[in-house]
Amino acid sequence: MPGKLELPENVVVSRLDELANWCRKNSLWPMPFATACCGIELMATGAAKHDLARFGAEVFRFSPRQCDLMIVAGRVVMKMLPVLQRIWQQMHEPKWCISMGACASTGGVFDTYAVVQGIDRFIPVDMYVPGCPPRPEQLIQAIIDLQDKIQREGTITGREFDTSQRQRRKRALVEADQLLVLDAARNPVAQRELSAAAHHST
Amino acid sequence: MPHDPPAVDDILAAVTDRFGSLETTVFRGQTSLVVPEPQSFDLLSHLKEQGFDLLVDVTCVDYLEYRGAKQRYGLVYLLASTTTNQRLTVRVFVDDPEPRVRSVVPLWRAADWLEREVWDLFGITFVGHPDLRRLVMPQEFTAHPLRKDYPLQGRGERHNFPVITRDHS
Repeated sequence: MPGKLELPENVVVSRLDELANWCRKNSLWPMPFATACCGIELMATGAAKHDLARFGAEVFRFSPRQCDLMIVAGRVVMKMLPVLQRIWQQMHEPKWCISMGACASTGGVFDTYAVVQGIDRFIPVDMYVPGCPPRPEQLIQAIIDLQDKIQREGTITGREFDTSQRQRRKRALVEADQLLVLDAARNPVAQRELSAAAHHST
Repeated sequence: MPHDPPAVDDILAAVTDRFGSLETTVFRGQTSLVVPEPQSFDLLSHLKEQGFDLLVDVTCVDYLEYRGAKQRYGLVYLLASTTTNQRLTVRVFVDDPEPRVRSVVPLWRAADWLEREVWDLFGITFVGHPDLRRLVMPQEFTAHPLRKDYPLQGRGERHNFPVITRDHS
């Protein structure tokens, strides 16, 4: 084994994934989806005393195109759920979701005909914060835990969001491409074009 | 007491003159009149002429499981006069299978959304309403949720949505 690599003090060697995770976790911009009382606690968490900006959540961008963390704070009624899904789909990857409060996590005290009993039935959720409403310190703990999760499990290409179903679908597209290529030998239109091309080249 | 609303005896006398004697109840200073459905619009327009220019609320009570109830839906009209500070409640009883009442939108514009809410939650048709559609429930909702025979947790409408998983989003 050759000698140990001598690095000066200001050089760090790391994996690209870890570097990307570090950057992403320390600059999570929240998309506040505040529908009810938890929204007030969310505002309090972003305010001066419990400052969320210390953890990288510098601005609460109200545009889903500019955010990577959706914080659903408050009960979500069935009239609001398609809106929630649309906002989630409009966010760019990598994206994460925190379900803040009892109502967003399970429906809370409102087991009624209009309140969705937990947004994780319809949206992929990464962190749940119990409480009614949770204290700002609890929400900050959830963001810290989410940062740990991103550092542990993130990848620079977003492979952790590549679930098996998506991979299967991508493979299906790739295989369809190959099938077309293989079938050119038996495809009359392709044959005609190939012969025309050969005719032109001669 | 300094801020009690004044009595409505003069109003009641004028109503009795015109409509005959109607069932009246007084509870803790609040007077309530019961009027049969065919005369409800006439009585309400008469009361508006008498000075009740503010329609405070239109709501409904479902007496399905109430012992001794004769008709299922009891509409409640809360009226107030901004000039004399008098308050009056008017009750109109309607029944299944087709509960209908004449709309009071021509008298008070506030009734527009108030009656839409009652239609949405109880299913009472307001004849003559300019735009009778759902207000608080989604447009595609089919039931009337505040009726007593509708379960509290609903019939599955609240979870009838597509699921978005990590590979779709």
